[in-house]
Amino acid sequence: MTTSPVRFYQVGSFAVGNRLLDDADRTVQSDPHRSNSLDSGHRACQGCGEALGARYALDAAMRATGGQLVAVNATGCLEVFSTPYPETSWRIAWLHSLFGNSAAVATGVAAALRAKGKSDVRVVSQAGDGGTVDIGFGCLSGMFERHDDVLFICYDNEAYMNTGVQRSGATPPAARTATTEAVGPEPGNVFGQGKDLPRLAMAHGIDYVATATVADLHDLEAKVERAMTFHGARYLHILVPCPLGWGSASSDTIKVARLAKETGLFPVFEAEHGKVTAVSPIRRRTPVEEYLSIQRRYGHLFGEHGRPDLVARIQEIADQNISTYGLVDEQPAVTEPSEVSA
Amino acid sequence: MLRQLEGSRAVAETVARCRPEVVCAYPISPQTHIIEAVGALVKSGALAPCEFINVESEFAAMSVSIGASATGARAYTATASQGLLFMIEAVYNAAGLGLPIVMTLANRAIGAPINIWNDHSDAMAVRDSGWIQLFAETNQEAADLHIQAFRLAEELSVPVMVCMDGFILTHAVEGIDAPDQAAVDAFLPPYEPRQVLDPNHPISIGAMVGPEAFEEVRYLSYLRQLDALERIPALAAEFATAFGRESGGLLRSYRTEDAETIVVALGSVLGTVKDAADARREAGERVGVVGITSFRPFPLDAVRDALSGARRVIVIEKAFSVGFGGVLSTDVAMATHDANLSLRTVIAGLGGRAITQRSLEALLADAAKDRLSPLTFLDLDHEIVERERSRMGATRRSGPSAENILRDLGTVASKIG
Amino acid sequence: MTAAELLSVAAFSEGRHAQAFPSFGSERTGAPVVSFCRIDDREIRTREPVMEPDALVIQDVTLIHQVDLFAGLSNEGYILINTSKSFDELGLGEFVRQLHRERLLTCPATELALEHLGRPLPNAALLGGFAALTGKVSLDAISSAIRDRFVGAVGERNVAAASAAYRLVQVAEEELSHAPTT
Repeated sequence: MTTSPVRFYQVGSFAVGNRLLDDADRTVQSDPHRSNSLDSGHRACQGCGEALGARYALDAAMRATGGQLVAVNATGCLEVFSTPYPETSWRIAWLHSLFGNSAAVATGVAAALRAKGKSDVRVVSQAGDGGTVDIGFGCLSGMFERHDDVLFICYDNEAYMNTGVQRSGATPPAARTATTEAVGPEPGNVFGQGKDLPRLAMAHGIDYVATATVADLHDLEAKVERAMTFHGARYLHILVPCPLGWGSASSDTIKVARLAKETGLFPVFEAEHGKVTAVSPIRRRTPVEEYLSIQRRYGHLFGEHGRPDLVARIQEIADQNISTYGLVDEQPAVTEPSEVSA
Repeated sequence: MLRQLEGSRAVAETVARCRPEVVCAYPISPQTHIIEAVGALVKSGALAPCEFINVESEFAAMSVSIGASATGARAYTATASQGLLFMIEAVYNAAGLGLPIVMTLANRAIGAPINIWNDHSDAMAVRDSGWIQLFAETNQEAADLHIQAFRLAEELSVPVMVCMDGFILTHAVEGIDAPDQAAVDAFLPPYEPRQVLDPNHPISIGAMVGPEAFEEVRYLSYLRQLDALERIPALAAEFATAFGRESGGLLRSYRTEDAETIVVALGSVLGTVKDAADARREAGERVGVVGITSFRPFPLDAVRDALSGARRVIVIEKAFSVGFGGVLSTDVAMATHDANLSLRTVIAGLGGRAITQRSLEALLADAAKDRLSPLTFLDLDHEIVERERSRMGATRRSGPSAENILRDLGTVASKIG
Repeated sequence: MTAAELLSVAAFSEGRHAQAFPSFGSERTGAPVVSFCRIDDREIRTREPVMEPDALVIQDVTLIHQVDLFAGLSNEGYILINTSKSFDELGLGEFVRQLHRERLLTCPATELALEHLGRPLPNAALLGGFAALTGKVSLDAISSAIRDRFVGAVGERNVAAASAAYRLVQVAEEELSHAPTT
């Protein structure tokens, strides 16, 4: 097995910045002996948030389980770019079956391990938002209901990216996709739809639910580790920007993810047995424009024929989240654009 | 030990003795008694180690089986009709991945119109999926075939479905010998997978295969089914030696040595067909019967040989290809295409319509006089059909045909048998 | 279905081949249900419904005039009806005159069941009556089939009902063989 020297990039204070920390506090990603579950050579786009998220999550899961892990993957971008025939970039035991069944397949893997007396081997099921909230929902709900010992990870890039950016049940309002074009009186995806999977997962009463983004590596890894301390159904929802589908610069992926959190549009929290137990507070409250304006999927909201009314509605959603989850201290909201380090 | 048992019960006990490690299924008539019985055996601890999973759909049931099988566990499930269609994506997936799952298919008609009774349309819907399909003639054979199925599946890395007629076999009570544990263990060793998810030897299963290699991968699955044509009779012979009775194999011939007319069929109707054939023999006709057990792979050579010498072949089948004709008939025609015989298709038993000895004898009498059309729908009530056709011709808004016909027939409950 | 199945188990226990199965019409509480049982000394191959019964056991007398129950019944056929009424009272007087009178009997199976089981489940009693009427299966075999299916006290009570019906039918048979033909 060839090893490539690991190179660190100073990309900002949150991604791989560990040099001032003790070894024990460093991220899994900074460890040259990490499992490299998703090795280099895969065919993801430049700046792909999902490749990042999967790498982070699975390396953390491998460390948490001492390498005793099996991954089940739904059809989607991750599966496609990681196994371009005749190669695979997975260094872990990995199974791809279908689009809508990864949760059920994972249930089967976990059952087989139990039957064989190998319950120390843990199971992860992973899918994109389509394979989680839409076509995968039946199997996911069944797995939750049975409380099967599976950690389900959803990499949410908010549309069916692999097939050409079509709308999913996770596509946010006003976002342009190929099936919710920016035309007509209500351009982009309509308001009032969409599934809040983390809350649906909580409604099933499962042990552990958490949301995370690729902007905060420590947080993401910690949540994976925490998830692995439970035995039962667990759910992790990771926001993974897609430069191609979102129309953001490929060098902006982590920035976009951070802005999603800092605006309040993507609440980052943990829940156990249906109740929120911890919240990742917004460091500097940011108006949604800063987030929306750097993504071309929202381009129709700005400029000459812009829609400040829709932006205002999106701001309302953000404000509602901040209020619901208590994402900021009891201070007036910051209205001027803040400097967020890139 | 020979006991008077419900078919479903015998299958459940036999499957349990095959030591499956993961069993899951979604309930659907008429498979429920099988799964309930296996579930009870797991819950009581009689079948262990085994995980019994109550899943939320048939799609989940086959998916759980896929995950379990890929992890090296012996996996079993059961379904019928609509359930089979609901899981069809996963059915193809299992075959494509080469996972030796065994499934009982309690043959039942596919709707619309919704119908819970027996015919073979469900099995026919997946005949190209790459699964091996074995049809049981009796409940004894249904039980026995499961033992052979696990061996066959695991040897070849091909999933196998054992087809047994819903209600007619599943809910019939008859004398069945469900083999004991020692006998099954001697015949069926533990599962040794060809590929397995193991963190200590990680592999990726389920790659995308492009035009460069797809044909080769698919051809390999075709070859595996050809291998099955060899293994099926060999396993049946081994089974006969071990258990002392004939079960399985590619096909079985009955009084065909000097037969002028041979009837071909799948499944439980063969019993009634044999009684009808005997009656016609009494009347001086030379009738024989060929019962096909292995429908997929289809034993072209064996069928050709079994039918050689006959002047007439009548294929009685419980399914049809709408707009075309028979399904089994097409396969039989392929086997006999260069033989000099007349092939007749008889569609019978659709949606659980009883196939009576009287009707079969009349059919054979017609055949003997060469009065049988190439395609016959047995015991069809032409009057009812004509009435509906007139209704449809008279007005555009003629309403749902099924409801119209039911109204014609009177209450459903009053029709017995 | 239980009655036909029990009958088949009883016949099996006496070394015969037996096949029992429900008719495949809609089964729901309140709908007419038929089940069949074949008994033979050779292997039973056919799977068709019983078109020409040698015996009919009618558990629900209200069906008599709603459904053509007697279709195909052979002239030597046996009929056992669960009722405390007579054939004449049921409007079957004419009909039964064409058949062998001593092969047609009524039996108050529901009443016997209420008496012995406390519940209106006539199957066991009807089987006991059937054994006495046809002689095709012994009361012992019926009883052991019942005990196999219903364990403990429930089984015993069912056996008691079956035995009571057996005796009743035996007595009725005797009376019939001494009575002048009407």
